[in-house]
Amino acid sequence: MARIAGIDLPRNKRGVVGLTYIYGIGPSKAEKILTESGVDVNKKVQDWDDDELTKIRGYINDNIKVEGALRSEVQLNIKRLMDVGAYRGIRHRLGLPVRGQRTKNNCRTRKGKRKTVANKKKVTK
Amino acid sequence: MSRSLKKGPFIDFKLEKKILGMNDGKKKSVIKTWSRRSLISPDFVGHTFAVHNGNKFVPVYVTENMVGHKLGEFAPTRTFRGHAGAKDKSSK
Repeated sequence: MARIAGIDLPRNKRGVVGLTYIYGIGPSKAEKILTESGVDVNKKVQDWDDDELTKIRGYINDNIKVEGALRSEVQLNIKRLMDVGAYRGIRHRLGLPVRGQRTKNNCRTRKGKRKTVANKKKVTK
Repeated sequence: MSRSLKKGPFIDFKLEKKILGMNDGKKKSVIKTWSRRSLISPDFVGHTFAVHNGNKFVPVYVTENMVGHKLGEFAPTRTFRGHAGAKDKSSK
């Protein structure tokens, strides 16, 4: 069982793909990790031996910020924007898109489920 | 897209001159400015700016955390107080 940074890696996937299950590691970083620690990129996770595993783990520990540490860093950056009172911080506080997208419609990811407002009654003549 | 490093930070020349002059003389007073586009440089820390938002001047006290932002980011140009009848949502 390959366990890195508190995450169980899927055993029957290629090393590069498996590593991307860790928060903070995407395809390019995964490839870099494996080449730097001298493991074949195409080797499956279950075929890594202990030696390779410790190498990979060591490389990630020393060079890459992952999981909890990275999450808290992101949160701190957002918090700084909010504390400082910048426009981006205000948008974060309101739960609206931060980077200037339109809000007349769409942007449901930020705004959440639609909140329908009842229509005004039409006057019938 | 971010600004080219080659050019260095953009600060309106007049504003920068004013600040540096005040730093030399150890003076402090509110600086009225329309230059929302100016980057806040470390020299600005501790000063208070009155930044124009298109309507009036918004007082902005510059702290260390604000370095690297633009002055305009701290003087919102739009007012939106929520829709009529909208329930007060927990804003966090």
